[in-house]
Amino acid sequence: MKINWKELTKGIFKENPVFVIVLGLCPTLGVSTQVSNALGMSAGVLFVLLFSNLLISALRNFIPDSIHIPAYVVIIASLVTIIEMVMHAFVPAVYSALGVYLPLIVVNCIILGRAEAFAARNTVLDSVLDAIGMAIGFALGLTLIAVIRELLGSGTITLFAVGNFDGVIRIPWFYNNPIRVMSLAPGALLLMGYLKAFFDWTGARKKDR
Amino acid sequence: MSYIAILLTFVFINNFILVQFLGLCPFIGVSKSSANAIGMGVSVTFVTTASSVVAWAVYYFLLVPMHLEYLQTLTFILVIASLVQLLEMVIQKISPALYQALGIYLPLITTNCAVLGIAIINITNSYNVMESFTAGFAAGAGFTLAIVLMSNIREKLDLMPVRRAFRGMPIAFISAGLMALSFMAFDKALLTNLHLV
Repeated sequence: MKINWKELTKGIFKENPVFVIVLGLCPTLGVSTQVSNALGMSAGVLFVLLFSNLLISALRNFIPDSIHIPAYVVIIASLVTIIEMVMHAFVPAVYSALGVYLPLIVVNCIILGRAEAFAARNTVLDSVLDAIGMAIGFALGLTLIAVIRELLGSGTITLFAVGNFDGVIRIPWFYNNPIRVMSLAPGALLLMGYLKAFFDWTGARKKDR
Repeated sequence: MSYIAILLTFVFINNFILVQFLGLCPFIGVSKSSANAIGMGVSVTFVTTASSVVAWAVYYFLLVPMHLEYLQTLTFILVIASLVQLLEMVIQKISPALYQALGIYLPLITTNCAVLGIAIINITNSYNVMESFTAGFAAGAGFTLAIVLMSNIREKLDLMPVRRAFRGMPIAFISAGLMALSFMAFDKALLTNLHLV
């Protein structure tokens, strides 16, 4: 069987969901105050996107056209309920940090968008590759924003606590000179604006050549 | 909390768009002209108010007695989707003029984070039915306030010299960031100073 690697890589750079198609903004800006929350959110999106693309492409010939949106929403909502219960049981700290943004994965445009635009009309293998690529692209975008916001806003990088290591890396100089606004709401919007301008600029430069 | 405190909290202190980032997609997508922004804002207010009450009733009269609280997410999204569909049909029947104005926005609202968000926040804060109603209305009003202000800014921006890389979405995000900065003036201290908590 031929594996179509293009479906995997397109989500990471060329069609990056965060910076190029600009989908799923609410969680991207809402949970990017700490790197650990960004990683938890990325894991949730990876799980839901992978299984929703898999199930929807497997069932694409059985779901009647007239009710396809409600059918997709039920599949996605069930997967989100599963990930909510798993996170509540095994990583309660991440669960409470993500708060309302975790159930809101249901209405994340990336997931319904990929179901509608890709999984509904492609084979299972291609859909799985597409889901993994898109989820990695989302994770990279979200983590990039979280690293910049946490570094500038509080001078730390928070990962998960293991043994004696409490999970917080303190960056010298930045830790003593935090720019508090970066970890608050306005910082997220300003940073998103500058990053989007940067990605538009590099994209336009490539096209000009 | 008193009703006025809930109103102030959701319109200014925890503004859905500028502080909590719920409903950002329509905020960036539909804020190019102020007429569209008003239409979107009114439709969202309509739906957040109605769905807050209906989701509250479903949770306390259906899910709690049957010990099915864990199905909250799944039921709420289905309730909201059906409610939006129902509202669309009712408005079309009662007032074709209003339908003409709001019809194109209603289908978009099902996947608006703000609508599912307020339903879940009402349950998390254990509000009663009147408090949920107030919170739903206030969240919609805060959304309308932000999207209408934004559309006015963007109409002005169209006439301004903006560098090519910043045209369109980037400058919209930066303007929203500056608006969020000014909304930081409202915080919990406002409620204390007004003797509401």
